[in-house]
Amino acid sequence: MKFPLRVVSVERSLFEGEVEFIIATGAEGELGVLARHAPLMTILKPGPLRIQETFGADEQLLFVGGGFLEVLPERVTVLADVAEHAEEISVASAEEARRRAQEKLAGTLSSAEETEFQNALAMAEARLRLARARRG
Amino acid sequence: MPAFRDIVRRIDSIKNTQKITKAMQVVAATRLRRAQAAVQATRPYADKMLEVLQTVSERATEYKHPFLIRREGKRAVMILVTTDKGLAGAINVNNIRTATRYMSREFPDQQRYVTLGRKGRDFLLRYRRDVIAEVSNLPDRPSQGQVLPAVTVALEEYAKGNVDAVLLCYAKWISTIRQEPTVRVLIPAEIPARERESTGPRADYIYEPDPESVLDGLLPRYVETQVFQAVLENKASEYSAKMIAMQNATNAAGDLIDSLTLYANKVRQAGITTELMEIVSGAAAQEGSN
Repeated sequence: MKFPLRVVSVERSLFEGEVEFIIATGAEGELGVLARHAPLMTILKPGPLRIQETFGADEQLLFVGGGFLEVLPERVTVLADVAEHAEEISVASAEEARRRAQEKLAGTLSSAEETEFQNALAMAEARLRLARARRG
Repeated sequence: MPAFRDIVRRIDSIKNTQKITKAMQVVAATRLRRAQAAVQATRPYADKMLEVLQTVSERATEYKHPFLIRREGKRAVMILVTTDKGLAGAINVNNIRTATRYMSREFPDQQRYVTLGRKGRDFLLRYRRDVIAEVSNLPDRPSQGQVLPAVTVALEEYAKGNVDAVLLCYAKWISTIRQEPTVRVLIPAEIPARERESTGPRADYIYEPDPESVLDGLLPRYVETQVFQAVLENKASEYSAKMIAMQNATNAAGDLIDSLTLYANKVRQAGITTELMEIVSGAAAQEGSN
């Protein structure tokens, strides 16, 4: 059974269509959504969003850098802060971002700065993991 | 009377200027289309964000996020959006005037500014206003990440209790010939009521981790999105204004060329007449002497 899914980021709409299954990285861990899932509203952590148009096949891989997932009986929406298709990820710039974040975290920081760079680090690492998984 | 040659030289120089303004007009028209597409692209996210926010705030009614609390004080920070470049008519002047007037009227105790765009920054600094952050030289299609630092500074001021409200001023795009300077109150945030009643009772959400955290996450993003949209819309307004300004300049150059051409012809004619008179009177003098 299919349900309508929409993935939008501030800058553009990334996906719109009927799907059977998605796996997202929620605040409390990975979660899968099938049709007739209970209504849910969750914060997303930086990580992959896997979209399967038919269950177990045709998987599309997206990177979502945090945001929200809303599950309603009639539709599912992902509001992403940043999002890109897996093939758009630049490994070089992700590695660069990770290196910068690690450097900053090695120094002394205020707590606000620390959360900021932890976030940046988590984003960079999620991007890299995703890019590698796609290749390997 | 100036020499004929000098007037022709002036006409040529104006023709060159006219070519430039004409080119700028065409460029502005192209960029306007691109800017409008960028504004359109943010709509799905913004609409969806508002919808989710409405649903969540209806459910978490007893929780008051600091952004929703109205403070009594008369201190505010204004996020002022202007352009980086000039030659765009009165758009910047209008934005700055509207923003500063609103601020001195509504928030007499203290006014601070965060500027997005070079023109606003330069103006406010010249008049020694308190500019606490600025972002300039934004590309035509900026990313959210480039606009974000300015918003973050404004929100921090509010969180620290240094100001009681956060405002936004930009040129709202109404049509190619009309842009309106608009002030919006970002904080205390007003979540607009739903336009139509949702049909039937809706199933309640399961919140992960909890409604408060979700609202905590949503509200700053709502504010950020509004500013981001304002920047894009201001770009569209900028190019509309520039297009019209350049069109007017091109027309004015045309009028000037016409009147100068007429004047040049008169000067040329006057020259010919004078020469003829000289010849005729010369010939008459010759005859008289014979």
